[in-house]
Amino acid sequence: MGMTFAQKVLADKAGLDRVDVGQIVEIEPDICLSHDNTAAIAKTFAKIGVKRVKNPERFVVVLDHTVPASIEKYAQSHKEIRAFVAEQGIHRFFDAGVGICHQVLPEKGFALPGRLILGSDSHTTTYGAFGAFAAGVGRSEMAVLYATSKIWLKTPATFRIVVDGRLAEPVTAKDLILKIIGDIGADGALYRSVEYAGDAVDAMSLASRMVLSNMAIEMGAKNGYCAPDAKTFSFLEQRAETDYVPVFPDPDADYEQTLHFDASALGPQVAKPHTVDHVSPVETVAGTPVQQALLGTCTNGRMEDLRLAAKILEGRKIAAGVRLLVLPASQEILLDALREGLIDTFVKAGAMLLNPGCGPCLGAHQGVLAPGEACISTANRNFKGRMGSPDAEIYLGSPATVAASAVTGVITDPREFF
Amino acid sequence: MSKGRVWKYGDDVNTDVIFPGKYTYQPMEPAEMAEHALEDLDPGFAGSVKPGDIIVAGKNFGCGSSREQAATCLKAAGVAAIVAPSFSRIFFRNAINSGLPVIELAQGTDKIETGDEVEINFEAGTLRHKDSEYRFPALPPEVLAILEDGGLIPHVKKVLGTG
Repeated sequence: MGMTFAQKVLADKAGLDRVDVGQIVEIEPDICLSHDNTAAIAKTFAKIGVKRVKNPERFVVVLDHTVPASIEKYAQSHKEIRAFVAEQGIHRFFDAGVGICHQVLPEKGFALPGRLILGSDSHTTTYGAFGAFAAGVGRSEMAVLYATSKIWLKTPATFRIVVDGRLAEPVTAKDLILKIIGDIGADGALYRSVEYAGDAVDAMSLASRMVLSNMAIEMGAKNGYCAPDAKTFSFLEQRAETDYVPVFPDPDADYEQTLHFDASALGPQVAKPHTVDHVSPVETVAGTPVQQALLGTCTNGRMEDLRLAAKILEGRKIAAGVRLLVLPASQEILLDALREGLIDTFVKAGAMLLNPGCGPCLGAHQGVLAPGEACISTANRNFKGRMGSPDAEIYLGSPATVAASAVTGVITDPREFF
Repeated sequence: MSKGRVWKYGDDVNTDVIFPGKYTYQPMEPAEMAEHALEDLDPGFAGSVKPGDIIVAGKNFGCGSSREQAATCLKAAGVAAIVAPSFSRIFFRNAINSGLPVIELAQGTDKIETGDEVEINFEAGTLRHKDSEYRFPALPPEVLAILEDGGLIPHVKKVLGTG
């Protein structure tokens, strides 16, 4: 019997010929990510009693969650992080403004096929879009990785999710992943490795695959893999920091389940308050008033997302009483969007442009919601209280649904604009 | 062995309602984290939880963010164990790493209500509630060792000899 992608990567990193589902292995990740939580991790690291970070070249630190600092405590944390990375020789440090970590790692060529990447952030799964095995861990685990470079991982069973057909504009990978999560539930792939496959995934851009991998965690998955292909290799050509060896599942790998979805039949989907699996077609919530619309985040802050939203916003104004926040996922994307005139379109439509970063997605920073308000967002979570008041409501949708809703002031089927 | 009063919650209790994002990037000691435990799910919890109390919940407890404070705040609040049919993977690791026992109980959680008393025998892998006794699987030895040392940091200090 062959091995799944997860088995092959874990066996390789453990120096074994084979690992089986359920087997616990001790491995050294290729890359470890932390962000604004590095301040807390550094304090925990100090308690371990090891003075120097082992293998500092394996660590990447990106400031993105609370940038620029909105309160003194955040400013102090950022200052401590800058001192820590300087002292420990962590040169892969990206200060406030460069972008969201899950965009920065691919752009800087750290998210490579076959690599094992762990991050103290649940959406570390995003790098699966590039053929990496990428999963989230906690802060104490990251502190121990600083000290030892080692961690235990259990070999997960694998679900293969096959998506046939083609998505038709303005239906996107976001609608597809919401449909998948809505169907299988917030724990539908709990503790499983997910491999996305099929014609629809093959036809997708890397940005779209990143949406699928990013949200794998929202169905409980440990990681979400897309097989690297010519698009991946081309993206990495000028970026990859080293050579890499792509890893593919064996043709006779043993999958716990294979699930099939049809992209061609899919319309826009929305996740309703307060869980990501509370999904239904946009028509069922059309007309719901929103006071805020958010375009950006590690899920949907890339060029194809901004271009899609701009198609709707071009020459239009957002509705009175709606705040449209736009956050390109990185400086690189912000510059591309400026060059293409997309920022011009957004600002003329009445949007507020925010700096690359996590922004209001997790309620720690800008653009939070008041009690009784509703937001339509391209982010990945709509938990109660996630964006400010626990008495606010968050709806999740695609960039097209967010742009269409910003124009009308109510949740709107973006197909009305195409 | 642990005997405690139950706080019962439903399915998919996420990390944002256990420990809101607005506090996640603010430096805080565990005692202060405990004051915010379950703030957006059960605002009465932090004020009246007693050391030794046990949380019993539905499936997928701790889903969402990797924020470790979701486990730390419950441990600091005095919670002796969390019992659920399943846990989100990162929360499970964070709880063990915080020295907070998590028990995957396949059957029985739906029979247990807030205010009930349950008795957990970790060695035997049993949970007693009223006249019923339920069994749960033992943790793998690698994982149990972390829990027995009081969490990941004390465990690693012991292994490295830096304690």
